[in-house]
Amino acid sequence: MKKYFAFFKLRFNMGLQYRAAAAAGLTTQFVWGFMECFVYRAFYESDPGSFPMTFSAMAAYIWLQQAFLMFFSAWTLENELFDSIREGSIAYELCRPISVYDMWFARSVALRLSRAALRCFPILLLAILLPEPFRLHLAASPSIWFWFLVTLIMGLLMMVAYCMLMYVLAFFTISGDGLRTVMVFGVDFLAGAIIPLPFMPETVQRVLELLPFAGMQNVPLRIFSGDLTGAPMLRAVLLQVFWLAVLIVLGKCLCKIAERRIVVQGG
Amino acid sequence: MNEREELLKTRRDPALCREPARSSMGLYLHYISLKLREIMEYKASFILTVLGQFLVSFQVFLGIYFLMERFHQVMGYTYGEVVLCYGIFLLGYSLAECISRGFDAFSRMVRQGTFDRIMLRPRSTVLQILGSGFELNRLGHLLQAAVMFAYGVYVSDVSWTFFRALAVICMLIGGALLFTGLFMIYAALCFFTLEGLEFMNVFTDGAKEYGKYPIDVYGKRIMRLCTFVVPYTLVQYYPLQYVLGRSQNGLLIIAPLGTILFLGLCAIVWRAGIRHYQSAGS
Repeated sequence: MKKYFAFFKLRFNMGLQYRAAAAAGLTTQFVWGFMECFVYRAFYESDPGSFPMTFSAMAAYIWLQQAFLMFFSAWTLENELFDSIREGSIAYELCRPISVYDMWFARSVALRLSRAALRCFPILLLAILLPEPFRLHLAASPSIWFWFLVTLIMGLLMMVAYCMLMYVLAFFTISGDGLRTVMVFGVDFLAGAIIPLPFMPETVQRVLELLPFAGMQNVPLRIFSGDLTGAPMLRAVLLQVFWLAVLIVLGKCLCKIAERRIVVQGG
Repeated sequence: MNEREELLKTRRDPALCREPARSSMGLYLHYISLKLREIMEYKASFILTVLGQFLVSFQVFLGIYFLMERFHQVMGYTYGEVVLCYGIFLLGYSLAECISRGFDAFSRMVRQGTFDRIMLRPRSTVLQILGSGFELNRLGHLLQAAVMFAYGVYVSDVSWTFFRALAVICMLIGGALLFTGLFMIYAALCFFTLEGLEFMNVFTDGAKEYGKYPIDVYGKRIMRLCTFVVPYTLVQYYPLQYVLGRSQNGLLIIAPLGTILFLGLCAIVWRAGIRHYQSAGS
């Protein structure tokens, strides 16, 4: 455990160095957040009755989505890892007395945490200071905060476990670009990044809520905005646990198979 | 000596058969055919990338579809009208991307010093940058945009007249000019900073993303920004009013051509940049 924590710390500190990139990203995310707010305001004004949540819940959803973008963007991948598989430097990793899967997992979590740490506070701060109706209202009850944090971390782990599948699958395909494109971009829609799941037709929503992707950003963001409570919330949390376990077991098995059949060319 | 003999003579004489100077357009097409051959070496990868891109735009479309299905209209625009608006704007953007996104590679050229080489050649710098930066997967974007556009025309309830069609064509041309100008400014900034400025993406990719709804949906303040800072409304909101029959003002048809002025301004910035240019020295 200690060695994986060391990898985690290394990667986390490295991620914190990219402050200029984070500053540039912040501007874009502010604009994105505002534009989203304006779109949904227009829809709200067109027909408030059809809006599936309160407007302030929607504002909270949008701002948290921007603040934690780095947790839930499937395209935050490390090309270094793909390169190490293609070029063969993976051999060094395999020599070490550690599990490749666990090490990469720790690294990925650290990378996302460090990127989000640089970005989330300015965005949250600005969102709290905005005028109504775009203001981010902080949840009042401690139980909401508790469940939000738990599901946020779970969502992050699910996203990482999902990305791990992409890394591991790269062992089996030499040029996995196409597969990766599909795996990366399917997620946005299924996880509620394009439009939140409650805005979809009921049947679509019911199916998507059972899929692993719903646990990624849909659950924590809706819990914080007060849109997901009570029994449905507990069900969503249990589904998160289930899918996280499935994703990790699947990734580990594939990794085992890959390690057994891998041939590193000498050179 | 008849013509034929003269021709044969020129062919035999190496001093005389130097290839005639290509026209600018010919040179540009030559660049593209070179790029085409390069990309076709990796066919599978190309096809999968195009498929992936389709998925991306399809998601955006699904987002619009589900929202419009729930709310039926937004600020008085129906589903068909929004899709038409998105299709036109996206196609204008993709045309610009196809022709002039080569500017994206420019910051790298400046940093690596390859721009010096381009300046030495007796051809327009813009032409060379556009030609060498052409990428075929942008043709994939263009194809998707064309599909979206065709679908938009199909589902919108517009009763087409000559002038409405003309307005749409002007919107497409204007959109292409506007985004070309933006790509150009984006690149010109590299003359001053040596590095691309990421926030400029807001004006290009961001605009593509949010141009899916008519701009008045975003409120008055955004309308003002999108008219006086970057004139998006000239190629989207105003002519759209004419196409959808909300206004009879004929001036709106040619409003998109106002972007020529914008492009001119961008070209001035570009020229100023070239004069300001100092090689990175590598």
